[in-house]
Amino acid sequence: MIKVEGLTKRYGRTVAVDDISFEVQKGQIVGFLGPNGAGKTTTMRVLTCFLPPTAGTARVAGFDVLEQPLEVKRRIGYLPESPPLYPEMEVREYLNFVARLKGIPKRDIPRRVEEVCERCAIGDYRDKLISKLSRGYRQRVGLAQAIIHNPDVLILDEPTAGLDPKQIIETRELIKGLAGEHTIILSTHILSEVEQTCQHVIIINKGKLAAPPDTVENLTRRLRGAESVAVEIEPRNGVPDAASAQRRLEQVAGVSRVLPRDGRDGRLLFEVESLQGRQVRAEIARAVVEAGWNLTELRPVALSLEKIFLELTASEQAAGGER
Amino acid sequence: MRNFLTIYRKELKSYFASWVAYAIIAFFAVVYGYFFYVATAIFVNQSFQSQMMGRGFPMDMHEWVIRPLMMNVSVIGLFVIPMITMRLFAEEKRSGTIELLMTSPVRDAEIVLGKWLAATTFYACVLAVSALNLVFLFIYGNPDWKPILVAYLGLLLQGACLLAFGTFISSLTRNQIIAAAGAFAACLLLWVFEWVTAYETAGWARVVSYLSVLTHFEPFAKGVLDSKDVIYYVSAIFLGLFLTVRSLESLRWRA
Ligand SMILES: Nc1ncnc2c1ncn2[C@@H]1O[C@H](COP(=O)(O)OP(=O)(O)O)[C@@H](O)[C@H]1O
Ligand SMILES: [Mg+2]
Repeated sequence: MIKVEGLTKRYGRTVAVDDISFEVQKGQIVGFLGPNGAGKTTTMRVLTCFLPPTAGTARVAGFDVLEQPLEVKRRIGYLPESPPLYPEMEVREYLNFVARLKGIPKRDIPRRVEEVCERCAIGDYRDKLISKLSRGYRQRVGLAQAIIHNPDVLILDEPTAGLDPKQIIETRELIKGLAGEHTIILSTHILSEVEQTCQHVIIINKGKLAAPPDTVENLTRRLRGAESVAVEIEPRNGVPDAASAQRRLEQVAGVSRVLPRDGRDGRLLFEVESLQGRQVRAEIARAVVEAGWNLTELRPVALSLEKIFLELTASEQAAGGER
Repeated sequence: MRNFLTIYRKELKSYFASWVAYAIIAFFAVVYGYFFYVATAIFVNQSFQSQMMGRGFPMDMHEWVIRPLMMNVSVIGLFVIPMITMRLFAEEKRSGTIELLMTSPVRDAEIVLGKWLAATTFYACVLAVSALNLVFLFIYGNPDWKPILVAYLGLLLQGACLLAFGTFISSLTRNQIIAAAGAFAACLLLWVFEWVTAYETAGWARVVSYLSVLTHFEPFAKGVLDSKDVIYYVSAIFLGLFLTVRSLESLRWRA
């Protein structure tokens, strides 16, 4: 549905997007993840034909953004970072205007406006002035605007930024509800958002792809490669103590690191990381049992996407983000 | 065509959604009324005197009332036009709605044309309201309506031309105040170009004077419709609109 090849965008001397390539298949929800200033907005603006690329190509539904912008625009619904609303208009009037702008046949307009009002739960606000709406409702009107012409592709730039937690959940549900009918790209600098809403993730940092596009699960697995295992040991009469248990675990073949964690009820908890490509669970179990200790738990720990993200991108940026 | 109408209607509606529109109309009508009053007062005075001196009463009403009035009105237009155009693109750029327009399946030229024609329509309303003053002339006198019509056509053409440049200037900035100041400067420049002929008669002075919107308005004020002046205005409108379309395109490149 979307194919980007070698896309580069420069603003004067700043390179905002540097030679990125990715593809999005029909029906996918793709999270476009990166810290502020990574180039997410810029990439989306190229896809929506708002900005031309400096180099490379971008195609939407087979149409090139430079050569056939009108065809691309017909197939795209776009919600920019700040919803493009006219405060002096009423909600219905605004949606009517957008519907005409998007080329919806005149007789279908009232029906489509009703449909999107319902979809985005703004039916009760149809006759309100947009300037009188709260931030959350403006965002919904922005979404309604983006889907009014039933576009193949939806491009949402930080759709939950600036909303309160309740509104964030509602917006996410709304977006998930739109999946299936539309191919969706949404950008965010919040990891949990990708984990919760998207199947696929594209991670971008300083204008470059930080990892090849992949499913959220695959990415987790691929980075996991090295296994991470939580080991819980119950000491009897103070044996073993934390230090000797840790020493013993470190001696197991294939273990790269042992990190002490806070165990409950006096039990000892460690997170054991293996070397790349080694399965160490069986070895650990044997070592603990042979030492005559009580193994109360042994379970693989998934690296959260958050961790992956920290590993992929400069950690100080992620930590210093506005989260 | 449909896209152009969509933009046009939205723009026209948003003019009348704001009190500023009515303020402009009122301001224009009041200043117009003042100049109208002055012109008729002089006219009445003069004709009274000429009658006393035994000359025929009916002095040329057009020459004495309409023409000076129109010359003044065309100058008021210079002040009103920046207020009409300042919002057009600057506000869309500031609020980000330009992203909606430019990512919709609409051509840049349709956006520009729709906005400019809405501005021109609004200006036509301003002129129409002010023209109510003239009703008095028809009640108490019997002026020839054809030259008045020509003068009004001139006002409209001059306005449309300045509005095109104002639209262009509005597309250069995201700040309405700067857009207004820029448009005012441009209007002023196109106006004062006429003055050079007052103290300079060389070839270049005539070229500069030719560029002045006021030079081309004078014949209209006299009630003379000359294709040369119409061509000047129409090509100036084209130039202004063309520049605006280019500016939108470059907006994409500069972003
Ligand atoms: N109009 C612009 N002019 C100059 N630089 C810009 C412009 N827009 C964005 N940039 C720069 O491009 C980079 C990427 O910006 P952006 O695409 O907005 O990132 P994101 O949306 O991921 O936060 C940033 O370094 C930003 O400063
Ligand atoms: Mg952004």
